[in-house]
Amino acid sequence: MPAEPLLEVSGLTVSFRTEDGLVEAVRGISFAIAPGEIMGLVGESGSGKSQTLLALMGLITSPNAVLSGSVRFRGQELVGLGRRALDRIRGRDMAMIFQDPMTALTPVHTVGAQIVEQIRAHERISPRAARARAVELISAVGIPAPADVAGRYPHQLSGGMRQRAVIAMALSCNPALLIADEPTTALDVTVQAQILELIGRLRDEFGSAVILVTHDLGVVAEIADTVRVMYAGKVVEEGSKRDLFTAPQHPYAWGLFASIPPLEGARPARLSAIPGTPPRLSALPAGCAFRPRCAHAHAACAAMPALTGEGGHRAACVLSPARRAELLAAGEARS
Amino acid sequence: MTATPLLRATELSKTYRVGRALLPARRRAVQAVSEVSLEVMPGETLGIVGESGCGKSSLGRCLMKLQDITSGTLEFEGRDITRASAARMRPLRREMQMVFQDPAASLNPRRRVGDLLSDPFRIHAACDRAEIPDRVAALLRRVDLLPEHAMRFPHEFSGGQKQRIGIARALALRPKLVVADEPVSALDVSIQAQIVNLLADLREELGLTYVFIAHDLSVVRQISNRVAVMYLGSVVETGPVDRVFSAPRHPYTAALRSAVPVPKLDVPRPARTILSGDLPSPLNPPPGCRFHTRCPRATALCRAERPALLPDGQGGALACHHPLEA
Ligand SMILES: Nc1ncnc2c1ncn2[C@@H]1O[C@H](COP(=O)(O)OP(=O)(O)OP(=O)(O)O)[C@@H](O)[C@H]1O
Ligand SMILES: Nc1ncnc2c1ncn2[C@@H]1O[C@H](COP(=O)(O)OP(=O)(O)OP(=O)(O)O)[C@@H](O)[C@H]1O
Ligand code: SF4
Ligand code: SF4
Ligand SMILES: [Mg+2]
Ligand SMILES: [Mg+2]
Repeated sequence: MPAEPLLEVSGLTVSFRTEDGLVEAVRGISFAIAPGEIMGLVGESGSGKSQTLLALMGLITSPNAVLSGSVRFRGQELVGLGRRALDRIRGRDMAMIFQDPMTALTPVHTVGAQIVEQIRAHERISPRAARARAVELISAVGIPAPADVAGRYPHQLSGGMRQRAVIAMALSCNPALLIADEPTTALDVTVQAQILELIGRLRDEFGSAVILVTHDLGVVAEIADTVRVMYAGKVVEEGSKRDLFTAPQHPYAWGLFASIPPLEGARPARLSAIPGTPPRLSALPAGCAFRPRCAHAHAACAAMPALTGEGGHRAACVLSPARRAELLAAGEARS
Repeated sequence: MTATPLLRATELSKTYRVGRALLPARRRAVQAVSEVSLEVMPGETLGIVGESGCGKSSLGRCLMKLQDITSGTLEFEGRDITRASAARMRPLRREMQMVFQDPAASLNPRRRVGDLLSDPFRIHAACDRAEIPDRVAALLRRVDLLPEHAMRFPHEFSGGQKQRIGIARALALRPKLVVADEPVSALDVSIQAQIVNLLADLREELGLTYVFIAHDLSVVRQISNRVAVMYLGSVVETGPVDRVFSAPRHPYTAALRSAVPVPKLDVPRPARTILSGDLPSPLNPPPGCRFHTRCPRATALCRAERPALLPDGQGGALACHHPLEA
């Protein structure tokens, strides 16, 4: 029997009122995460990954945003919860690493002071002990001369160092749920390996669950247990890592796998890329949103496909499983 | 006769002053770029990879003269521009352009894309005012956007489209050299593939030369002819990109190569070299080889003597006392 979920999301939608009409950034997403699970979230830029995470953290504050659905953390509903109650959960039980490190850092304080503040907001601990912990954390994320870096301002650090300072802050309270939005995008692969190891350790030692947004499928292959693929505000495929890597089911996922440049062997003259551009979220086509770019689109795709499949591996596509297996065998997901 | 490099840096260094360190109250120096020498030939693409914080962006900004060079020299088409004044640089600005990692941050959100793209033409009086809208439309088409997109604001575009706008702006005046600092890092793999293809097409059509900074080795391999690997402010290995990534000779390059996560399951992967040992600080770089604190092959010689970057006899160069076998 699966463990009781740590986080349960159902029917989450996020829209924005704009001059252009209603922009539907997240269109009814449901999923659950068990303690200790690492979920990789991938998908096109603009498909709603960051907005989904911000909604989970109760951080969508735009007056033009319209949010609905339910987010339950350890059984407690977070949607509609007051700011004070949310603040008690955020940072301690749930922590977020933002895509843009400058969202989490203020330019006017040193990074050390900011980490200390974060630690002391959730724990009774002396300033000195907090300071020592901050320096330890900065060192754990692989920044050289940590005591010195603690005394620097964000603009005096390289992009990757800023990102790691934010990771140190998020890890400072060993959260039960870590929500990480492209945490290693700004980092080179050796430092990335180090950060992934830290995230793995957080899970192993504290049983923490992790939602990891990344566009690096190598990172997903390395660390995730489960994977969700988003397109135009919806989850279009979900399953275990093995499901996704051995038999992806959705044509958009095929396109993603085919676009990865090889590191070995012959260099292709051109990379394979999904043709066309992402849809406008204020003028989505009826039915499958991938239709204008899908090589297999046909009349049936004009109706919205539901997320269906066996054994937890589900895709939102009208093609029959047999047809998909045929296309996959013919090399659809290969570049 | 050998051709003149488009860009040549000789022992280029960049030092920043940082103050208010925790321990000593005096200001200290961070040597972000340390005596880097490199040449970029017309039409070629030089990739630059290296550890986060090793000085790639600082080097890129120095090559563009967007910040002062502390020491060393920089030549563009054989002319020394190390100390060129802003006035002397102005005509050269047309010929050297930069594409930044974060397209959103480099586009003013309050101005329409058409206005943003008109700037280069206006600032450099590159054409008749009346001609500008046509030029902007042509630019937009060139990067696979539509002329009507000129009326929109940056936030109305996806990440990949914004990056196309950044590229269009850099290309407006047909530069000879483009330095791109992590131009595709923020994009998903499919849009990344579109942009890499676009950059390659533009290189063919316009005869561009690129310096391409990135940490994704596969992307660097796809677009570059040669690559320079940096560690703590210095270039430690250069060479043809296929050779450097398939048979790295510097121990740091080998570690970098082995850390690339493979987007496949069940493939036998080369043993990963985990870099342990003290991370050196650019405030206080170690003596001898800067990699010796973490290098699995380090010896007493490495701790005492800094290896020079010497030609490897195969069109590349290497700075190591005990390189891996060729
Ligand atoms: N305040 C806003 N007003 C209108 N639209 C918005 C607003 N904020 C976000 N959006 C739109 O919501 C969509 C989803 O954005 P989101 O940042 O979640 O994408 P993402 O999947 O994280 O993309 P990336 O990989 O590029 O980070 C985008 O199309 C974006 O333009
Ligand atoms: N304005 C500044 N003031 C002080 N130090 C700086 C400044 N800008 C950069 N540095 C330092 O110079 C070194 C090199 O930084 P740089 O941004 O060039 O690295 P990078 O290789 O581009 O890293 P990344 O891959 O993380 O972007 C770092 O140690 C950084 O802290
Ligand atoms: S539903 Fe139709 S358009 Fe959508 S992915 Fe499947 S085949 Fe393509
Ligand atoms: S010189 Fe020595 S320490 Fe430096 S990379 Fe080579 S073997 Fe390692
Ligand atoms: Mg995002
Ligand atoms: Mg940089």
